[in-house]
Amino acid sequence: MSDIADKVKKIVVEHLGVEEAKVTPEASFIDDLGADSLDTVELVMAFEEAFSVEIPEDSAEKIATVKDAIDYIEKQKQSA
Amino acid sequence: MAENKLICQRRVVVTGMGIVSPLGIGIDNVWKRLVAGESGINAISSFDASSLPARVAGEVPAGTKSEGKLDLAEWIPVKDQKKMDRFIHLGLVAAMQAVEDSGWVPQTEDERCATGVMIGSGIGGLQTIYEASVKVHEGNSRKISPFFIPSSLINLVSGYVSIKYGFKGPNHAAVTACASGVHAIGDAARLIALGDADVMVAGGAESAVCALGIAGFASARALSTGFNDTPEKASRTWDKDRDGFVMGEGAGIVVLEEYEHAKARGAKIYGEVIGYGMSGDAYHITAPAEGHDGAYRAMRAAIKNAGIAVEDINYVNAHGTSTIADDLELEAVERLFGDAGKKLAMSSTKTSIGHLLGAAGAVEAIFSLLAIRDNIAPPTLNLDNPSKETMIDRVAHEAQQRQVNIALSNSFGFGGTNASLLFKKV
Repeated sequence: MSDIADKVKKIVVEHLGVEEAKVTPEASFIDDLGADSLDTVELVMAFEEAFSVEIPEDSAEKIATVKDAIDYIEKQKQSA
Repeated sequence: MAENKLICQRRVVVTGMGIVSPLGIGIDNVWKRLVAGESGINAISSFDASSLPARVAGEVPAGTKSEGKLDLAEWIPVKDQKKMDRFIHLGLVAAMQAVEDSGWVPQTEDERCATGVMIGSGIGGLQTIYEASVKVHEGNSRKISPFFIPSSLINLVSGYVSIKYGFKGPNHAAVTACASGVHAIGDAARLIALGDADVMVAGGAESAVCALGIAGFASARALSTGFNDTPEKASRTWDKDRDGFVMGEGAGIVVLEEYEHAKARGAKIYGEVIGYGMSGDAYHITAPAEGHDGAYRAMRAAIKNAGIAVEDINYVNAHGTSTIADDLELEAVERLFGDAGKKLAMSSTKTSIGHLLGAAGAVEAIFSLLAIRDNIAPPTLNLDNPSKETMIDRVAHEAQQRQVNIALSNSFGFGGTNASLLFKKV
């Protein structure tokens, strides 16, 4: 697993208070990890802070799973 | 539920209580320490107060539940804690104690819909608002948490309690500065009396012991500044050396219940809410009117509402904040009681825990109910040299064993708002 994936997972565990084993790439924040719409907003803000990236609202809305988040951040980091 | 008609007046009793205070948490623990004459006032430790004129406060002691102290992790999941300002934490912890103490667990949808919540606060999430303001000031508006607003809003204590327990009845919050706690309990009792609910979780929560809160009240010249090196002496209602109130944080929550409803399920009953009176000063934003006429009228209205005589009242838990207004409240009580004042005990428990602002009235309502339960008048600490003599026994220094059948609890707030509650042994 990449550094980015590791860090994303850590942030999700911390913010949603879920067990690490549940944070699989396919896990949906809302359907599988118990987040509500406000949690997902805060999660995206935590990603922005941790990776020094900006995630515009229309992109943020498409980040529904752990993998979505990792892919988006990796792409941002590559193009930077 | 009874038909909702104004003519329907039902009896309301208290069947559960919970406290978070500078003397710790849990009603038995806090009451024992209060009656023993202990003080919960200390040098402010939650932030650096060295640049402020007032540096003492009543902060909730940190520690485990078994020590009678507060460890939030024992009550609220860590991931949820950061979605709430501290006043919500304190309110929730007191509400959890009260609900558990009452033993009330609605089983049907009708029962859930007949159970409501009314928890007030004077100020709400002041520290949360401060922190968010700093972010905006620094140009980081985008970093404001999506939980900022729901973390700061006063009625969110009621919201969280209803969500936690599935209480779907009236969901409300009183906001009347330092009278919020009494108004919340009084209004909630009326909702039950009038048939809007059978059970109400009611009270107040406050946590404004932060730089902004202390600085604001200090600027209004409301806080004690002369006892920074002897914190336990700072709150001294009616004493001639008093120089302002001492801020405290905490929450007091009661479970109110329609009398027949409580009896039918064999609930333990602490006392009955027999009277509730309110008034407005129409005078000044922070100073009480001459002779504390508003206080007089609120007490008189409560007595009329209860249909009792002044001499039936054995104990008054005064608003008594350790300010210039103490003697005005005393004057109002003297005027109301006349000769019956000779047999009356009146004390200010703020001398032990400080002024809990929007939670004060609720915590003091609980002390009044415990006075009734145990026939004890809790003491007024630090009343060494009264600034005004009176025939009323102010329970200086030490608690007194006294027959307490009926107790009156007063709370007054900025804006000129006054409220009194009357409780009776059942």
